[in-house]
Amino acid sequence: MAETKDIQKKQETQMQHGVEPTRAGRLFTPPTDICETNDCILLTADMPGVRPDGVNVMLENNVLTVRGAVADEHSDESGAAYAEYEVGDYERSFSLSEKIDADNIEARMNNGVLTLTLPKTRPSHRQIEVKTG
Amino acid sequence: MNGFGWQGWWSPWRRLREMEREMNRLFGSSTAPVGSAFPPVNVHTDGDGATITAELPGVETEDLDISVRDRTLVLRGERKAPELGGDHKWLRHERTFGQFARSVDLPFAVDTESVDASYQDGVLKVQLQRSDADKPRKITIKS
Repeated sequence: MAETKDIQKKQETQMQHGVEPTRAGRLFTPPTDICETNDCILLTADMPGVRPDGVNVMLENNVLTVRGAVADEHSDESGAAYAEYEVGDYERSFSLSEKIDADNIEARMNNGVLTLTLPKTRPSHRQIEVKTG
Repeated sequence: MNGFGWQGWWSPWRRLREMEREMNRLFGSSTAPVGSAFPPVNVHTDGDGATITAELPGVETEDLDISVRDRTLVLRGERKAPELGGDHKWLRHERTFGQFARSVDLPFAVDTESVDASYQDGVLKVQLQRSDADKPRKITIKS
């Protein structure tokens, strides 16, 4: 019987000095997978307790920011007799080295997992014809 | 799921978890979670029952198996890795996948007929009622 091992404890997001979140409560860094294919970058982030309408994705100056606000029905974890996880919102930023086609970013939220498909902008290949004479 | 069989009291995983718990009790601080167990669970109790929530993002309900017996709730399942076809290169790999099995010991015997489970936004919620036989009974003293 194989067991999943070493699942890390939820990591709290470190805010930059002087920057404060608008919502009270904890803020966590969602564990994220990023995978690159020939024509896109795929980003998958675990944000349990966040509904599709609680997700906010922004791309500005090649910095991608993902935010997830935990839904009210999942946020009441106070007074637990026994607790292994804490509940809070999620936030994480990534700097992108590739040029991304911002208009065609696709976001999907399913069972607490956010999947972003970031299409790379295609460099325009133009063959220059060389004439003789 | 077929009963409990060999996964009973002497199951090696159970022993391991007991040891882990004991180690945490001896060396860990009181706020430290039980450790690397997946999924992490929270337990809320009241006089009539308990609500157990677990963070299980990205698990399909058909890959999840919940069973209750006496004072133990067992969560078992698999978090399947997404299938990526063709050419791809990992830039970051922080999420983990695979099979998991966890048992949660409860402070009371459960009424197995009235277990209610729901899964929403990657959070599993199991509501358990205390069995009537387990509830405290007021004893009247005859004069």
